Amino acid sequence: MTALLALEDVSRRFGGLNAVDHVSFSVEKGEILGLIGPNGAGKTTLINMITGVHPPTGGRVQFDGRDISKLRPHQIARLGLARTFQIVQPFPKMTVLENAAAGALFAGGAGGLDEAHAIAREHLTFTGLADMADKPAAALTLAKRKRLELAKSLAMKPRLLMLDEVNAGLNPTEISEALGLIRKIADQGVTIIVIEHLMKVVLSISHRVVVLHHGQLIAQGEPREVLSDKSVIEAYLGAKYAAANPRGAP
Amino acid sequence: MKNWITLIVVAAMLATLPLVGNNYLLRLASILCMYAVLAQSWNFIGGLAGYPSFATAAFFGLGAYTSAILQNQGLPMMLAWGTAGLTTLLFAAALGGAILHLRGHYFAIASLIVAEMLREIVNTTPNLTGGGMGLNLPIMRISVEAQARYFFYAMLSLAFLCTATAIVVYRSKLGFGLRCIQQNEDAASILGVNAYSYKTAAFSLSAVFVGIAGAIYASWVNYIEPPDVFDILLAVKPLVMVLLGGLGTIFGPAIGALILLMFEEFVWRNFLTVHAAALGLIIVVLVLFLPNGLLSLLRERFARLRGAR
Ligand SMILES: Nc1ncnc2c1ncn2[C@@H]1O[C@H](COP(=O)(O)OP(=O)(O)OP(=O)(O)O)[C@@H](O)[C@H]1O
Ligand SMILES: [Mg+2]
Repeated sequence: MTALLALEDVSRRFGGLNAVDHVSFSVEKGEILGLIGPNGAGKTTLINMITGVHPPTGGRVQFDGRDISKLRPHQIARLGLARTFQIVQPFPKMTVLENAAAGALFAGGAGGLDEAHAIAREHLTFTGLADMADKPAAALTLAKRKRLELAKSLAMKPRLLMLDEVNAGLNPTEISEALGLIRKIADQGVTIIVIEHLMKVVLSISHRVVVLHHGQLIAQGEPREVLSDKSVIEAYLGAKYAAANPRGAP
Repeated sequence: MKNWITLIVVAAMLATLPLVGNNYLLRLASILCMYAVLAQSWNFIGGLAGYPSFATAAFFGLGAYTSAILQNQGLPMMLAWGTAGLTTLLFAAALGGAILHLRGHYFAIASLIVAEMLREIVNTTPNLTGGGMGLNLPIMRISVEAQARYFFYAMLSLAFLCTATAIVVYRSKLGFGLRCIQQNEDAASILGVNAYSYKTAAFSLSAVFVGIAGAIYASWVNYIEPPDVFDILLAVKPLVMVLLGGLGTIFGPAIGALILLMFEEFVWRNFLTVHAAALGLIIVVLVLFLPNGLLSLLRERFARLRGAR
């Protein structure tokens, strides 16, 4: 396998804070990578670095063999890197269809507005939003807004899709629907990074897991192995719990 | 299609005005067209992209002075107008690079200062610009009536061109991208919108027609001075007109221009001293109570009537 994305010793400082601190790992083509870590670990910051929102203050980001650390967000988007936001970011006054069409038009290579609308419709159908196409995005429920984020990203024809807590705030039925969608997207050959707090979800879909803590990479590997790693348990539950339960994740 | 028909019909009706109207009416109609240009132009950056610009006065004055100086150097009038438009466009593109990374109030304040800067430049270069003494323009050797008609048609053509541009832009990829930026700039960038060049395009569009309007105005009144063409009210009125007529709509600016002009002619003239205060009050009321424009009230009422049937 070849790496689609490679982080080489990347760091991001905010003033005196090392939000991401000398992190290196790579993501293989076709893989679903789980990115986990306690609150404030630097997961979202890492995605922001990859997408150019907050460029790295140190190190390099390589995408498909090309250094993208210095590119601007729209350039990175056009290379085929799409993301959803932890806090959903629709264009509230535009229709659901227009929201998705934006992705197709500006990054997905659609030839014009009509073609963008057609592509958008496909992805709304795929994400189960087709009957909402003409409603303003602001009218959607949280679960549907999260799916709209997904539809927008898919309309960009991504090669790498980064999902920042797409399941947070959803009920169990909605979560299993969302997981079904993510698996289908992966089956189409899209490489995926999922940020996720629910361990069950991480275990069920990731091929591999990377753990961040205080901005540093503390473990990576096969999901079950990583979750029973002592430093990972410590990070999540504190040193005391780890000592009392030497083996086994919660 | 509906927009094009509306535009052509309204413009054709206005074009017959010299047949029926007197000079006073023609003067009002010329101002109306000029106001429509200022408002429509502001709508590109303020309404479509969501960047509240106060640079209109700067563009207007720059266009007026560029054209006046060139004509005094012997350039034919029309050519001077065109060059003024081009100069203003390039100026806006360069200025955009410097201030369009600012957001909200910061952008508004930065854009406000530009007119003051240009005014200072004019004041300190009397050899070229006449400084505080102002600048005379070549006088046209035609009758007063012919002049009134001439400048009316010039302003009307400009308003037509500006609105036609708006119709094209609103339905284009550029217009779509600008609406994305207006609603959420960060999300737009992540979707591949080149926010920087789109905003610069919108800012340039908001300048070019205003520059030409300033140039035409200068020829029309024959004499310009800094307090006249860099007037702060020129920066505030476009915003008021667009808010009156409807933010980000095609005909809102023209309708807002008509409302403001009528207000100025029939109310304002009698209460000269309360000018600025009245304008301020209108802005506050509009922003607080009618963010979608005065017309939205009528539209809602109309929708309710239809719903009740
Ligand atoms: N724009 C910013 N400016 C300053 N500090 C920031 C900024 N963005 C993030 N941080 C800080 O960086 C650290 C990492 O934050 P980040 O949002 O990446 O964590 P996270 O792992 O995504 O957490 P969560 O699970 O809560 O979403 C935090 O301490 C946060 O306060
Ligand atoms: Mg986060």
